[in-house]
Amino acid sequence: MIVRIMGEGQVILADGHLAELNRLDDELLAEMENGDGPGFRRTLQALLTRVRDLGEPLPDDSLEPSELILPSPDATLEEVRELLSDDGLIPG
Amino acid sequence: MSGVMKRMGMIFRAKANKALDRAEDPRETLDYSYQKQLELLQKVRRGVADVATSRKRLELQLNQLQSQSGKLEDQGRKALALGREDLAREALSRRAALQQQVTDLETQHATLQGEEEKLTLAAQRLQAKVDAFRTKKETIKATYTAAQAQTRIGEAFSGISEEMGDVGLAIQRAEDKTAQLQARAGAIDELLASGALDDPSGMHKDDIQAELDRLSGGTDVELELQRMKAELAGGSGSGQQAIEGGSDGRQSQQQPQDTPRFDKQ
Repeated sequence: MIVRIMGEGQVILADGHLAELNRLDDELLAEMENGDGPGFRRTLQALLTRVRDLGEPLPDDSLEPSELILPSPDATLEEVRELLSDDGLIPG
Repeated sequence: MSGVMKRMGMIFRAKANKALDRAEDPRETLDYSYQKQLELLQKVRRGVADVATSRKRLELQLNQLQSQSGKLEDQGRKALALGREDLAREALSRRAALQQQVTDLETQHATLQGEEEKLTLAAQRLQAKVDAFRTKKETIKATYTAAQAQTRIGEAFSGISEEMGDVGLAIQRAEDKTAQLQARAGAIDELLASGALDDPSGMHKDDIQAELDRLSGGTDVELELQRMKAELAGGSGSGQQAIEGGSDGRQSQQQPQDTPRFDKQ
């Protein structure tokens, strides 16, 4: 599983870690939807840290499609919300 | 999984696919390309910050070494005044070693400063390009949206296809620029990874260089000792100096001060 952290690069993660990351990710989504700014920041940092710890960074010159994408570490709740609601691009 | 990670992944994949899919909608291609450029810009900016941090660290180390060097010189002077030539010799040997480190650090500092300037310039240029691209992108998007809204689609499309040529060029240019900057960022990474910054002491040298340094350091020490002795002895020292340094006693008093610095260049 390849995960991109925007503005930072890609890491490759073993699928076994997904359950734990998923929990943080769902938390992050809930905080975003509730507009909980401080919570969002905390969870985003925690999630990024876990991904960096568990993952192996891919070399910068490799070009692999990312299966999952995470906002950059300094992204705000508003920016992420805007990214996700961008022109109704979400399929389905 | 339906969290942020998955949703962002889906959005970006959709954008990438559409970008690859012969640009069905140029607006998405442009947005995606713009997003990529922003990512790159952030990377370059981080590079600038990293290099600047290393430079500041080097400056701190240089200051420390220089004050240490000054302290050792004072100690040498005091030791000699107390008649402890052995102590003075030790202090001056240490000082000579420190001065060598200072010279090495200064070289690194100059290199780093050059890199920092280059990177800063690159970041500024990229920023300008990205800004220009954003403006152009918004213009094209607006044109495209307006054209779509028109009833006479056929006419509008003939106009758009010309625009699309421009878009292709803009993206091509952005990609070229990206590759160029990546190469540059790579060079900086190499500079940082070369270990030059992690080893500011300049300790690993080959045997011959070490021996040479020791020899030249020794010479410096002797010269410094001579100078200090001359200082302590006052006027009577000039006779001794004349024997060592040649006929002009005054000039040879001056000489030892300059020589050590000159030797290390």
